Amino acid sequence: MLYTNLNHVESAVQLEKVISENENVMVCCGRMGPMCIPVYGIMEELEPVYSHVKFFDMEFDNPEAQVIRNAPLTRGFMGLPYTVYYRNGKMVKATSSIQTMQQVKTILDSEFGQPNA
Amino acid sequence: MENSNHYDVIILGGGPAGLTAAIYLSRARLKTLLLTEGTPGGQMTLTHEIANYPGIEKINGYMLGSVMKKQATAFGTVVKGNTEISSYSLEGTVKSVTTGDGQSYTADAIILATGGRSRTLGVRGEDTFKGRGISYCATCDGDFFTGKEIVVVGGGNSALEEAVSLTKYVTKVTIVHQFDHFQAFQYAVDEAKANPKINFVMSSTIASFYGEEKLEGVKIRNLITGEETDFKTDGVFIFIGYVPNTEWLNGHLQMNDRGEIEVGPDMSTSIEGVFSAGDANAKRYRQVTTAVADGTIAALAAADFLHKQKRN
Repeated sequence: MLYTNLNHVESAVQLEKVISENENVMVCCGRMGPMCIPVYGIMEELEPVYSHVKFFDMEFDNPEAQVIRNAPLTRGFMGLPYTVYYRNGKMVKATSSIQTMQQVKTILDSEFGQPNA
Repeated sequence: MENSNHYDVIILGGGPAGLTAAIYLSRARLKTLLLTEGTPGGQMTLTHEIANYPGIEKINGYMLGSVMKKQATAFGTVVKGNTEISSYSLEGTVKSVTTGDGQSYTADAIILATGGRSRTLGVRGEDTFKGRGISYCATCDGDFFTGKEIVVVGGGNSALEEAVSLTKYVTKVTIVHQFDHFQAFQYAVDEAKANPKINFVMSSTIASFYGEEKLEGVKIRNLITGEETDFKTDGVFIFIGYVPNTEWLNGHLQMNDRGEIEVGPDMSTSIEGVFSAGDANAKRYRQVTTAVADGTIAALAAADFLHKQKRN
């Protein structure tokens, strides 16, 4: 159970539904650990700003999260969290381990476009 | 000054020191703004379990930080997380802070509670292989290295204790430390030395990291001879202490040679109306409880300072 204020993805089917129904999706797949919590915090801060992006988390140890753990873009990752970005249902970017606010914003802006002022 | 962006006190930093100061100040009905570059809770959120916070048997750091934030906001503190400070002025009777989004705030007093962060090696390849073999958290990433051989960098309590805990997963740990002795407590040294999976490379440091898609090895430099040797490894865990988040204050405040802020018994700094609390201060012990104590004192001293200012 992830104790965050983000919407949670609980299954691979739900993830498939989310990315098929939303153009831009960011999912942080992790645990309630030191490297993951700051990324959830950043997502919670950015969620109201990037209204054109849907933000979710998913528990890394959930067997259903294998769709993220075993994705081509996360191959070689050895640090939590795995943060993945989907555009039009396709994973377009992935990062491993803790990220800064600026790193996340840079990816959101380049992959999904800047938020409207 | 009746300005919506003017506060009695601005707190810079959202760890236990800053949040405690916020609770005290806003409960005293002082208009309080807390700005923090990270997640409210600070370094405390990085602790999986806190078992020595009086009155709470066990709690994870994230939850304790969340409760402190909830208390602060319930009393009226405005909390802005993940906010960068782009410029500031601490001198004079009205202090000002401008954030990365261009918003400017002013206050009659400032409490610095900027804390510290994990120290990095700063050598070639460190950024490239973060999350691809380089880690700063054994409890987070230890299981990725099951059955592998790894390196742990550091010689303090964290390095040695985490090295021992990583032996649950890995077949071999090589501890690389820059000195010929450890700074850790003797019990931690004894436990590491007694572990058959751990060996030691002393008076040495990591010169660089290399690999293709993920980390494949490191260059270890002997600090006495200068010789560099190639060392194949699947992973490196770095535990080389913390640095105070005070670089941006260089030349403005009285600090010691480690960049820690010098304060008086009431947490006052060398600038009138500017107080400092928590791990950024020059002090020996850094615990959640000591940060909370510092935050309390700084808040009460700041309130007293404001009271005196208004009387004059």
